[in-house]
Amino acid sequence: MSEHDIRLTVNGIERSVRVPARRLLSDCLRHDLGLTGTHVGCEHGVCGACTVLVDGVPMRSCLLFAVSVDGAEITTVEGCRAPDGGLGPVQQAFQDCHGLQCGFCTPGFITTITAYLRDNPNPTEEQAREAIGGNLCRCTGYQNIVASVLQAADIIRSES
Amino acid sequence: MKVFGEPIARLEDPRLVSGRGRYLDDLGTTTTLAAAFVRSPHAHARVVDIDVSDALGVDGLVAIYTYDDLEGRVAEPLPILIPHPALRAPRTGYPLANGVVKHVGEPVVMVVATDRYVAEDACERIRVEYEPLPPVVGIDNALRAEHAVHEDVPDNVAAHLVQEVGDARAAIEAAPHKLELHLEVERSASMPMEGRGVYARWDEADRSLRVYSSTQTSTSLRFALAHKLGVPVDRVEVVTPDVGGGFGVKIMHPWPEEILVPWAAIRLGREVKWVEDRREHFISSAHERGQKHTVRVGFDDDGRLLGLDVEFLHDNGAYTPYGIIVPVITATQLLGPYKPGAYRVEFHSLYTNTVIVTPYRGAGRPQGVFAMERTMDAIADYLGLDRTVVRERNLIQPDEMPYDQGLVFQDGRGLVYDSGDFPATLRKLRELVGWEEFEEYRQRARAEGRRVGIGIAMYVEGTGVGPYEGAHVRVETNGQVHVATGLTTQGQGHETVFAQIAAEELGVPVETVTVVTGDTRRFKYAVGTFASRAAVMSGNAVALAARKVREKALRIAAEALSCSPDELSIVDGVVRSEAGAEIDLKTVAVLANPLRYAFDEEAARATQFAVGGRTDRPPVEPGDEPGLEATAYYSPVRSTFANGAHAAIVETDPQTADIRILRYCVVHDCGTLINPRIVAGQVHGGVAQGVGGALYERIVYDEHGQLLNASYMDFLMPYASEVPKIEIDHLETPSPLNPLGIKGAGEAGVIPGHAVLASAIEDAEGFRIDAMPISPAQLWELRRRHEAGEVPGLTRGGER
Repeated sequence: MSEHDIRLTVNGIERSVRVPARRLLSDCLRHDLGLTGTHVGCEHGVCGACTVLVDGVPMRSCLLFAVSVDGAEITTVEGCRAPDGGLGPVQQAFQDCHGLQCGFCTPGFITTITAYLRDNPNPTEEQAREAIGGNLCRCTGYQNIVASVLQAADIIRSES
Repeated sequence: MKVFGEPIARLEDPRLVSGRGRYLDDLGTTTTLAAAFVRSPHAHARVVDIDVSDALGVDGLVAIYTYDDLEGRVAEPLPILIPHPALRAPRTGYPLANGVVKHVGEPVVMVVATDRYVAEDACERIRVEYEPLPPVVGIDNALRAEHAVHEDVPDNVAAHLVQEVGDARAAIEAAPHKLELHLEVERSASMPMEGRGVYARWDEADRSLRVYSSTQTSTSLRFALAHKLGVPVDRVEVVTPDVGGGFGVKIMHPWPEEILVPWAAIRLGREVKWVEDRREHFISSAHERGQKHTVRVGFDDDGRLLGLDVEFLHDNGAYTPYGIIVPVITATQLLGPYKPGAYRVEFHSLYTNTVIVTPYRGAGRPQGVFAMERTMDAIADYLGLDRTVVRERNLIQPDEMPYDQGLVFQDGRGLVYDSGDFPATLRKLRELVGWEEFEEYRQRARAEGRRVGIGIAMYVEGTGVGPYEGAHVRVETNGQVHVATGLTTQGQGHETVFAQIAAEELGVPVETVTVVTGDTRRFKYAVGTFASRAAVMSGNAVALAARKVREKALRIAAEALSCSPDELSIVDGVVRSEAGAEIDLKTVAVLANPLRYAFDEEAARATQFAVGGRTDRPPVEPGDEPGLEATAYYSPVRSTFANGAHAAIVETDPQTADIRILRYCVVHDCGTLINPRIVAGQVHGGVAQGVGGALYERIVYDEHGQLLNASYMDFLMPYASEVPKIEIDHLETPSPLNPLGIKGAGEAGVIPGHAVLASAIEDAEGFRIDAMPISPAQLWELRRRHEAGEVPGLTRGGER
């Protein structure tokens, strides 16, 4: 199995790692870099739990080889925190609105919503529902996740 | 500050939203070995030969195990967890196939390697030769019994049970009106976002085992492992880390992998971990819901039930490790909030060459409620009565509580409803959904060329089944309060609600309370998290333990303040007397543990020359114990019964038969609420699973026993676009059975899903809906058959 040295900037920190060509980005983040906040729910790109931001764009890390994003900037749920290390706006909104139960799918929602609100800071409720339409959650019935999107937008607006 | 009953934010969330949760696959180190399994590709086959020679050269391979390698009790069949007199032919598999496989996905070979990629490489190189046997797939084939799943069970009947109250058949015969319905619900599955997983560490020097499992019962798994592996119970610890959802499937135990992973860890002297992948979950974890029902009902001119006779067939899959709890629940909970007149129920539980069936949230109730509520709608249609009126006339009244249905429930105890105001539930729902105004809405919609319908369904849910749960509460000398309970958590917010209970009982800020669940190092005796029982069982145990701690704290404080305990109260962690004297609860904790040695300043205050007081009594009085802590157990005489009703308004597309939910209303009574926000969240999630089960999700086997949709691409769980906004109204009828008045809330949301959506679709379409789930394609086909005269229309009291 050929191995490759790659460099990733993960949550603002440059990391070097040697991986086999077939190493999935999700496994690289979780097991090589110890960032276990990114979860793997289906391994075929349907559930969205493994969503991370690759150069700012939400992508399914279970469908990417780590070598294919050599040099990229990656943001995981661990990187969605506030500058002071506390909860970031989307994370805080999830707690405020009871937007999670078991929490397994939550990291993929938080990264997805973080990117969405950066580009769409004032969503309507309908747009908020649409924004999370590609992620599966088995616990919440989504109602409080929709509320979390709107709450996060509120928090971001009040902070800026 | 009052915290019990308040919708406070969850205490576990900061950890979980920031990526600091610890789920099963987050555990382990770079030297932890990974397991993978070769699973049967056949539904029914003899294992003729296993050739591992090609796999032996895989770099990083550590071990390959087949059945022949297993030893002692590990080589014995898996346990029958819940024996039942009606389970006349119980059968279980082995951890690895012993010469024969009975469903696709059954584990045949275990591989252990340096990582999962390598383990799967080795699995691919193992060649298993099978001799296929005829598979039995589906309830009809199982009943026909041309082939048997188990050679020594030629009729495929695992269990047969009859329960009867009065002479139902005679009552129906004598009734002025009779109906017969045939009602079917297909297979579905819990499908938590995190699959199962096991991680085992064996300490050779200490001869002790620690097992982490993504389970709904760590305590029972501990006993099972100690027994299977021959390790003394005191040398086995089972820890449940954060669990990514359960919904019932993780109450099954011990799974083959739960035995094999620790067994291999002991054998190899290495840490071993196995994490289920999604396909494995589909083909080797449990399913539920597949049942066919025949209902015969007799009723009077007003629609009152005189006799109800239900026969149903339950598909239990290839084995019965969890017994027949699901059909037993259907048989009893089918009655819902109604008085059935005379009632007879009979079921056969059948073997098929498919994945095993164990409880999935709702656990047989969705099928039972579907059968009962379809019957109510059929009676209303037959008599031309309003559907809510027929229900109302059959409801048990509040002044009839407690109400004994005369049956034996899933806990072996009587089916006795403890409390509830069913007419109020129905009344509130009618108001919430606007039942009276719907006809007007329908006319307006019709004028716009739209087709809409309204549906209703009621249910009663037995919750909080025994036998018991316990809790330990300890006040630390730093003022922190630690609560431990043995049952596990899969997202229900136990860290928050148990903290709310302890904080309220002790009079301390909720932020000072930490809760540990599902860790046998902290609490050894428990049953598990299922049957909407955690809040009822452990909630009350926490309250009882906290009350003991409070009593002890007041006694010690009274001595310190030279007053009577009756004069004391605890507010915000400070014990105050009526006279104004006060002492911190953390100081009381210091005094509660008389010391010889001081290890910090707090402790110094409890040492023998510091405490003063009486010298003619022992420092620890007879019958007392050191420490400001207590353990208590809660064990109810029987289950407590929650109830509720759902209404839905749907729109069906006249051309495409697409089904859209316009409104979904819930009235829910789970007794006293600990945290209304968490209860609402449970309802939301349950409804989403109910909608999924009614409209989208089905487990599809072909005639060969191949699961055709074993992926999230093909098994359609609802996204945000499929789940309607849910409107909720609560009733709070406390349970008289437990100190806190709590009833369970976890499963309620899912229970009437099939029934309410069938009711609404039927109302929109004008012909009977008797099988769920229903897809647009199936609805379109029903329309075609209805137009061809093959599916009779509703009569709405007219010609019949």
